[in-house]
Amino acid sequence: MKKGRVWKYGDDVNTDVIFPGKYTYALMEPAEMAKHALEDLEPEFAQKVQPGDVIVAGKNFGCGSSREQAAACLKYAGVQAVIAKSFARIYFRNAINLGLPVLQCEEASDNLKAGDEVEIDFAGGKIISGDKAFKFPPLPESVIGILEAGGLIAYTKKKLLEKK
Amino acid sequence: MGQTFSEKILGKKAGKKVASGDVITVSPDYYLSHDNAAAIIGEFRKLGLKNVKAPQKIIIILDHIVPAASEEYAQNHKTIREFVIEQKIPNFYDIHHGVCHQVLSEKGFALPGKVIMGSDSHTTTYGALGAFAAGIGRTEVASIWATDEIWLRVPETIKIELKGKLAHGVYAKDVILKIIGDHGADRANYMAVEFSGEAARDFSIASRMTLANMAAEMGAKNGYFEPDEKTQEWLKGKAKAEYEIITSDKDAGYEAFLDYDLSTIEPQVACPHTVDNVKPAKAVEGVEFHQALIGTCTNGRLEDLEVAARILKGKKIHPRVRALVLPASRETYLEALKKGTLEILSEAGCVVLNPGCGPCLGAHQGILAPGEVVLSTSNRNFKGRMGSRDSEIYLASPALVAASVLEGKITDPRKYT
Repeated sequence: MKKGRVWKYGDDVNTDVIFPGKYTYALMEPAEMAKHALEDLEPEFAQKVQPGDVIVAGKNFGCGSSREQAAACLKYAGVQAVIAKSFARIYFRNAINLGLPVLQCEEASDNLKAGDEVEIDFAGGKIISGDKAFKFPPLPESVIGILEAGGLIAYTKKKLLEKK
Repeated sequence: MGQTFSEKILGKKAGKKVASGDVITVSPDYYLSHDNAAAIIGEFRKLGLKNVKAPQKIIIILDHIVPAASEEYAQNHKTIREFVIEQKIPNFYDIHHGVCHQVLSEKGFALPGKVIMGSDSHTTTYGALGAFAAGIGRTEVASIWATDEIWLRVPETIKIELKGKLAHGVYAKDVILKIIGDHGADRANYMAVEFSGEAARDFSIASRMTLANMAAEMGAKNGYFEPDEKTQEWLKGKAKAEYEIITSDKDAGYEAFLDYDLSTIEPQVACPHTVDNVKPAKAVEGVEFHQALIGTCTNGRLEDLEVAARILKGKKIHPRVRALVLPASRETYLEALKKGTLEILSEAGCVVLNPGCGPCLGAHQGILAPGEVVLSTSNRNFKGRMGSRDSEIYLASPALVAASVLEGKITDPRKYT
């Protein structure tokens, strides 16, 4: 299990503050996308984030645009998972499709603070911070296969090969 | 118990009876992408396939940054045009057609009973014509290009019952802003929103598109209006295929019922920086702004431009503000041109832009400087969306925006309409 620090945000963190629209058709490289992650919410995030860090937010994380870079830029910035009370529908799909774990956990969202150190036990469905542990419901079966393959493209490739 | 529209249409596609919560695999009728097709092509190439599975189902409409505003955008467009030829994709619309949602509808793909997936969050718009239409991401479109399949969770449905007549100076935009303000940006997350009742039937197709478009701002997977004679009339001469009208059963199960009497709604404004931060116009009257935008896929249809033109006819915009007009499509542009609507708007001092997404997503054509405020008829006011992160966006109806550009500050439109 990888340890990481918590970056804490509130409700309705939208796709424009995670990855501004002005870059959506200009930046294609992972490293470039990572440089602008959360730019309009916390301009220092991209410089200070460490591999394994975790974003903890309130309800409706990722609302707004269907732009996939809002999930990609966090993954490329080294974020190991996003924990929130709820996720916007398209964001949830995009994150899974790109292999960025998105975990719904109200208790963790209420109790974790910025800077807390956390570990995530994906198999056991637990978020651990110090002596506290918060359980999250297992992801739907339909999406586990995609996450396990490392994202939708790898998953589709595998399925296409099986059909042949 | 009966079934909702979404349960019926997805069940029909899946070839079995389904209920909300079920996860099914379907083959959509059409899949839309726009400038982001360039990135989708990149993902598709990773699959190692030579050909897309069903080129006739792919619709690509260039609209986000048209004409290309930089070399990178130009390269994206070029990559897309080459792919369209290589893969023999018949339904490609280059930069002169307009915003994808308006164009896809005008070209007759948005039809009752069709399942349409689009790599744009406002794909919900086609529910105005009785289609099941939902937004997805780029990678997912690449996968559909390869497999002609997608997994979907059958959504629960919120039924919004609309009754009564709109008061003078109040429009579809005010209704949807009021609903979003009352119930929040995530009220319909993962769900379908069905607009129903006598007042839903009173709305023009253009107004229905405004409502279905902004269902996305409640988190909805799809919006829906039951097709009626207005729908069929609108589709005459446009429909690209046969279609079947699918409607919810009377005894269908709903997640919730929300009732609205339109006669009680007054002009509304969504304030920075969330779409659900909605206030009655009178509470924000007098707020000064620098730029106005009338148009977009939310409010850039002929009826919207005409409302604005009626208010601005023979007058001049306030010298402290600049006003941009963005027709939703070339068809709208041409109609407004022939009717003299664009002439009125230009005479008043507005800048008429070419149809497309324009300044709505902050990539070109009217980007905001730090400290600037925009009053817009578009659908999103997130921080930094239209330029600097230190700018602000207010959202309202075309009438309110037009009245406000005369005074240079937010103005209740009722005295001008």
